[in-house]
Amino acid sequence: MGEVSTIVDQRALANLDVFSNTLQELASTDRQILVVTSDSRGSGKLVPFGQKYPTQHIEIGIAEQNLVGVAAGLASTGKTVFAVSPACFLTARSFEQIKTDVAYSDNPVKLIGISAGVSYGALGSTHHSLHDFAALRAVHNLIIVAPADNFETEQAIRQAAELDHPIYIRFGKKPMPLLSEANQEFEFGRGRIISEGDDLVLIATGETVYPALLAAHKLEALHGIKTTVISMHTIKPLDYDLLATVAAKGCPILTVEEHSVFGGLGEACASFLIQNGFCNRFRIMGIPDEYTVTGSQIEIFNHYGLSEEGIANEAQILLDL
Amino acid sequence: MTVSELAQKSAQYRRTILKYIVGANAGHTGGSLSCIDILNVLYNNVLNVSPETAKSPDRDRYIQSKGHTVEALYVVLADRGFFPESDLETLCRYKSHYIGHPTKKIAGIEQNTGSLGHGLSLSVGTAISAKLDAKPFRVFTLLGDGELPEGSNWEAALLAAQYKLDNLCAIVDKNGLQITAPTADVCSTDPLDKKFDAFGWAVREIDGHDFGQLIDAFNALPFEPGKPSVIIAHTVKGKGVSYMENQLKWHHGVPNKEQYEQALVELSE
Repeated sequence: MGEVSTIVDQRALANLDVFSNTLQELASTDRQILVVTSDSRGSGKLVPFGQKYPTQHIEIGIAEQNLVGVAAGLASTGKTVFAVSPACFLTARSFEQIKTDVAYSDNPVKLIGISAGVSYGALGSTHHSLHDFAALRAVHNLIIVAPADNFETEQAIRQAAELDHPIYIRFGKKPMPLLSEANQEFEFGRGRIISEGDDLVLIATGETVYPALLAAHKLEALHGIKTTVISMHTIKPLDYDLLATVAAKGCPILTVEEHSVFGGLGEACASFLIQNGFCNRFRIMGIPDEYTVTGSQIEIFNHYGLSEEGIANEAQILLDL
Repeated sequence: MTVSELAQKSAQYRRTILKYIVGANAGHTGGSLSCIDILNVLYNNVLNVSPETAKSPDRDRYIQSKGHTVEALYVVLADRGFFPESDLETLCRYKSHYIGHPTKKIAGIEQNTGSLGHGLSLSVGTAISAKLDAKPFRVFTLLGDGELPEGSNWEAALLAAQYKLDNLCAIVDKNGLQITAPTADVCSTDPLDKKFDAFGWAVREIDGHDFGQLIDAFNALPFEPGKPSVIIAHTVKGKGVSYMENQLKWHHGVPNKEQYEQALVELSE
């Protein structure tokens, strides 16, 4: 494993910006692409999109249930529809429309949850989406994706545009370093191996992949621990093959996510592992079941240990160091 | 079809609805009988859709928001040749696709519905797509008066006016009863005409069992250029069967053998 400075590119953009730029590029050659917003064009960085392609931008107003229902109707006519709204509202206020109008009716809407997790930080729990993986995992016929870096975000948007299947993609709004040393392949349902080692497995998703990678480097520097770090960008369908492969190493497994510890990536992994005879030491890191501490996203991450230091500390406990 | 042909057709449809509800020992009887005349006129006189054009991009769309009266839709689609009527012998049976609400697994059905307050948003999205591409098709959706307190209906109603969707027609099957009590005693949406008018829709109220009025209303679409249209169809729950009409218990009541035979006699007269 190389120095951290060589494996990440700090010049990278917010995944939100990559989403916006990618959509504009796609829309320039595909007039079937539509963006549907609920007074969320500004927070979705979609003002330039609307200016360049006004006939491909449908504004709904602050009415998220209608946002998803209308998006489903549009998609049923063959349009490539990106429904964009803060993840907190998109997946809670419109949950039944996602379940019924998108997933059950198999209308291939691309649901884009912006400012996901605790991106809105100090705005409080109304604006946090710590339930979305849990709620949506129980909905049949929906792919759930949380890209880690700019590369994964661009690939997720490009591939979603080509996908004739309902999908939910969520990301945050802060600049995310490129995980440039990782393999540059992206496929929904296939975890991306960022680094490889046999002492510890860190499985993270979305914006927690970066601190997980930093923690892996710290553990190597401090203790010579070699860590496999996985960006499990697709929460569903989960990459069971990769899980089985890394669990077979027999080393401890630590999962990290910007989500409630209930019902997300960690419990999805635990469910697979325990039902398939794996007895690795195992720990889920996420947001605990309590009134979330107030503060910025980074302060909330630090408070709950979703940081280089916090993840390294938890790993040391698992490793009896 | 002429008015007299439509009347004969509706009597046939009502008998068939009851036949399969009795066979399944399940179904939404009263509402199927209140909306069947609307569906009859839509599928026999209005919609440019057939089994051959069921996937055509330019077909008219019908989305049934009050999905629970799917038995009426099944019977009309079978009669129009979308599938053999005998398929309905499996209604609500184990592994049958003919379940108690519409699904796209059935030929001719556009959207899965059943949870109330979804059809209008789906219809608005479909109608916006037609406008974007200057397509000629129209979108029709059937709402129940009992589902109108669902707030999503009014989100969609606002947007339909915003986008000037005069290619969209909502029909309210206003039979005045819902599962608990008369709709006016539960959460009244009256005066409904004024509400839709205030939301920017062009409104027409008709007798939803009068074929002449139904034909005239559909022929007059759009009621105003640049506005979505709503037909408030005053109907009778359980229409056509004397002991069912306006009786709450027939919301999803199933007739016994004697009741079924009496209904068939009444519907043959």
